[in-house]
Amino acid sequence: MELILQSIINGLIQGGLYALFAVGLVMIFGVMGVVNFAHGELVMAGAYTIWYLHAQQGLGYLPTVVVAVVLVTLIGLLMERFLFRPTRNDPLAGLICSIGMLFILQVIATLIGGEGPSKQVPPVFQGTLVVFDFLRIPNQRIFALVISVAALVTLWYFLARTKLGWALRAVALDREASALQGININRISMIAIGVGAGMAGLAGALMAPLTNINPHMGHNVIITAFIVTIVGGVGSLSGAVLAAILYALFHTFMTVYFGGTIATISGLLLMVLVLIIKPTGIMGVRISE
Amino acid sequence: MNMLIRSIVGLIILIVLLIVPHFLEFHHQDLLIFLTINVLVVASYRLVTLTGEWSLIHAVMMGVGGYTATLLFLNYELGMWFTLPTAGLLSAAVAALLCFPLLRMTQFYFLIGSFAAGEAIRLVWIQFLDPFGGTGGLSGVSPPMIGDIDFMDPIPYYYLALTVVSICLFLLYRIEKSRVGLTLHSVHWKAPLAESVGVDTWRYRALAFITGSFFVGIAGALKVHYIGTITPNQYGIGFMVFILIWVIVGGYNKFYGPIIGVIVLTMFDESIRGFDEIRPAIYGAVLILSILFLPLGLESIPGKLKAWFIGSEVVEPPLTDE
Repeated sequence: MELILQSIINGLIQGGLYALFAVGLVMIFGVMGVVNFAHGELVMAGAYTIWYLHAQQGLGYLPTVVVAVVLVTLIGLLMERFLFRPTRNDPLAGLICSIGMLFILQVIATLIGGEGPSKQVPPVFQGTLVVFDFLRIPNQRIFALVISVAALVTLWYFLARTKLGWALRAVALDREASALQGININRISMIAIGVGAGMAGLAGALMAPLTNINPHMGHNVIITAFIVTIVGGVGSLSGAVLAAILYALFHTFMTVYFGGTIATISGLLLMVLVLIIKPTGIMGVRISE
Repeated sequence: MNMLIRSIVGLIILIVLLIVPHFLEFHHQDLLIFLTINVLVVASYRLVTLTGEWSLIHAVMMGVGGYTATLLFLNYELGMWFTLPTAGLLSAAVAALLCFPLLRMTQFYFLIGSFAAGEAIRLVWIQFLDPFGGTGGLSGVSPPMIGDIDFMDPIPYYYLALTVVSICLFLLYRIEKSRVGLTLHSVHWKAPLAESVGVDTWRYRALAFITGSFFVGIAGALKVHYIGTITPNQYGIGFMVFILIWVIVGGYNKFYGPIIGVIVLTMFDESIRGFDEIRPAIYGAVLILSILFLPLGLESIPGKLKAWFIGSEVVEPPLTDE
């Protein structure tokens, strides 16, 4: 019982982080039609910023989180302007370009941090919250949960309540019709990837003290993001958030009982299953051609 | 006249292929063998992409072939004459099974679905120490010995690989130029039209996927018999990305495009050997630049030059013969 409750808590916290980067992937795919294979590397860039500026250079954690978000947003904007905009009519070309970017970001990380063992960032918020005498939640994880929920709520507000958010959703639904309505596609693409990359950077910054940091950490991130995106339904943001939480719970439990590799295998099989049975995902709507 | 020129070019290529290992040092002979095998990898991948679907499981299929050959060799001491075709057949069988879930999807979904399926297979190799040996993989596979010829040496093995790969390339070329190959093209460019005249697109996509996997399985067996070891990471997404790069930089509209891509990029790769740390980034930059400025790949350069000199606009048809 204690183990189960503890796993649920851990899963929920993990789910918040999954949702942060998966939502970005969904937005970029929805608005620009391109699968950003370098999304995991954006998370990695966020984590590396924390490691370099905070753990190495001694800058405060919170300012560094802001720097990480800004930096990764900038990387995203550059990718949009120089990679995705020229290849907009060819989704495969955009995908290939993002793979090229993946290599470049990994090498930059290697040059900054060097090869060798994974880096650790010591927890900033010491102490552990103890509930009911047996549930232990490190404050660092609580911080990550609070910030990711806040970011997701802000994103929801932006998309649901602001004009710009409506424009963004309109472009995701139908790019040409939106352009005819006078929506500036380039600007909306910039916003989509800016927000998407920024959230990936935030996820990386929040994960930094909780995980091992190395140039190849993006690999697991992108696998998770794909699973979450597919299970949630491609193009559905609420689906992605729900799927992120469900998948995180699933993954946490599988890891506890069967180990990490089996957990990832079953996650991948789950995704293939969803693709077979309900390709539109749990929250997706069928888009007619 | 054309025929004559072609035969002469073919003859020159053949002679170069036959004598080239004798002018190389050991390290480059090694590389030559890998290059020969990789030519088969990209050529078989092209068959899969003929239907317009880009799979991300091709590298893992090569691994299936490699693991098949390894397990057959280590457990039953079966020679290469047996492991090579069996590796191909088993890859094809796995591909056939995967067709049922994967080919229900197209485009983005197929890409992600094939990636997931491949990653699941690869994680199975990591998870089950017996028989796959986990992350460390398996080792101890050796090339055959026929009489006095020890295929452990690069030069004999090169000739062996060259023979196998040439046969496979010939078959792949014949398939592409056959009625089946033309139908695959039609499935890519005009799927609804093809269906309207009675082409079962699912069956042809399955056929391309299974046949491509068969040939890449052979490539996997060829590789493992030379290097002797196999690990799950050799066939991860990293290698898959290299396959994509070779095919795209070379140009995927023509049969020889990917082959040019793999040859040119392997030589390029060798020329930047001193910069090991930043090599992936150079690759990434080359990939991006070629997508942005040479979307049809290296094979389109001659046509472009021609157009530039003669001054006429060369229209690149998507479906080309020669």
